[in-house]
Amino acid sequence: MDGLLPELDVIRKDFPILERTLDNGQPLVYLDSANTSQKPQVVIDTMVDHLERHNANISRAMHQLGAESTEAFEAARDKVATFIGAPDRDEVIFTKNATEALNLVANTLAWATGDLAIGEGDEVVITEMEHHSNIVPWQLLTQRKGATLRWFGLTDDGRLDLSNLDELVNERTKVVSLTWVSNMLGTINPITQIARRAHEVGAIVVVDASQAVPQLPVDVAASGADLLAFTGHKVVGPTGIGVLWGKRAVLDQLPPFHGGGEMIETVRMDISTYAGIPHKFEAGTPPIVEAIGLGAAVDYLGHIGMEAVHAHEQAITRYALEGLATVPGLTVLGPLDARERGGAISFEVEGVHPHDIAQVLDSRGIAVRAGHHCAKPAHARFGVQSSTRMSSYLYTTPSEIDALVEGLEYTRSYFKLG
Amino acid sequence: MSNELDALYQEIILDHYKHPHHQGLREPFEAEVHHVNPTCGDEVTLRVHVDDGVVSDVSYDAVGCSISQASTSVMADLVIGKPVDEAMSIHQEFLTLMQGKGTVVPDEDVLEDGIAFAGVAKFPARVKCALLSWMAWKDATTQAGASDATASKEI
Ligand SMILES: Cc1ncc(COP(=O)(O)O)c(C=O)c1O
Repeated sequence: MDGLLPELDVIRKDFPILERTLDNGQPLVYLDSANTSQKPQVVIDTMVDHLERHNANISRAMHQLGAESTEAFEAARDKVATFIGAPDRDEVIFTKNATEALNLVANTLAWATGDLAIGEGDEVVITEMEHHSNIVPWQLLTQRKGATLRWFGLTDDGRLDLSNLDELVNERTKVVSLTWVSNMLGTINPITQIARRAHEVGAIVVVDASQAVPQLPVDVAASGADLLAFTGHKVVGPTGIGVLWGKRAVLDQLPPFHGGGEMIETVRMDISTYAGIPHKFEAGTPPIVEAIGLGAAVDYLGHIGMEAVHAHEQAITRYALEGLATVPGLTVLGPLDARERGGAISFEVEGVHPHDIAQVLDSRGIAVRAGHHCAKPAHARFGVQSSTRMSSYLYTTPSEIDALVEGLEYTRSYFKLG
Repeated sequence: MSNELDALYQEIILDHYKHPHHQGLREPFEAEVHHVNPTCGDEVTLRVHVDDGVVSDVSYDAVGCSISQASTSVMADLVIGKPVDEAMSIHQEFLTLMQGKGTVVPDEDVLEDGIAFAGVAKFPARVKCALLSWMAWKDATTQAGASDATASKEI
């Protein structure tokens, strides 16, 4: 099959969990990577090594371990900056996850003054295919500031409806926040085109790249984003660590988020002054070992090459779309052309509820997600309560897709659907 | 693997799923509630009609998986026609079964078709599905009782 990673067997060996068997002795078929990815040995080892040999708090410890720990933490920032093409390593801010990164932006915008200030009559534009993490913070912001929340609708084939782009993004628009790749529909959105329009009217562009950074070669500088968020656990890194990248000019203009240690320049009883970026937004002891693990993760992906990872995902996605099309009564939600989508494929099977599908698949060792995938509005748009979602990654094989398709056939027969 | 699945998907459950009892929203009713399972988005709108201390009707409109749909149907069968107190104790018995992680032996005299859900208790992710409409019913019945109480006070 064209496009597959040439050393897929070797790559699979890097992920120890893929070798385990489940309770009933079945091999694991892990098709839930859009939910969280599995971790290669090098990430696990890097984290263990740090805890075993270098553990100390960063920045504030005047001893060798403190220096080693700080160096490893800051080296992780360098690695992330290189991985996403950040022009300046200080523009990379560590957060807890993508959700915290997006909330950091929405909250600090609520307190912003000057150009970035948001008030009555102003508009924030999102899309109907956002993850709840990129909806609720903007609802909170607009409600608190008396601003208006607006959104791009979706076409029947699961793309953004851009027919009213110029009306929707207008001189009242202060922020356009959208996902690069949908976690439900798989759609890859034309963020650069939308950013161009947003910048014409002076709005800032926030990109939720939680599903993009794992799958696409990402160059933040070329993307059109002013601020961009992603989460470590979906890029073969650990949980507990996320990234907010932002243009220095924008980050400098935003007020601090959390107050505390590390984010200050000096503190008096009546007033404080703040550190520059990135520390301004990193109050308190950060997730040190998680950041270091993320550094190892992006190094690992960088070594394989994101062009190659993307090609692999596309090949598997194409193969999966073909396989799913053979299952009677199955409808895919989202674009049907593998070139225009990421590796998350949500679908419905007539006559069987997603929970029941996931349960039967689980009994065969196949892990998928069932539910609304934190995208209730997008499900509502397509008139469904929930869906089943398979999602692949760099370690997914065509035979795992075969297992899924067979599992779905079995599910239909189990529920006595012709 | 099929055995494990069969323990979950008892014939009784699949029967109720395919042919749910008491489905639809009916009048009269004293309370209507809407409950959702936030993890999967399954929903139920449920009405209760209490007449003279007896659950005289439970009607509903529900979207959900086989377990939640069947559980709603079985619940309606079990509580309709029962005095509120007795229905509440059936509710408690079902709750105990579901929360028992598979260690509770159900009493068929009390739970009737509900005993088929004993297997569900071993699947923690599905317990919420089985309980969705039971929780909705309890909520609605409590509300109906409250309005009943105020109504009788006014007399
Ligand atoms: C598109 C998208 N945005 C945001 C998130 C939130 O990520 P996290 O829960 O790690 O903050 C996810 C993942 O769940 C996602 O897929």
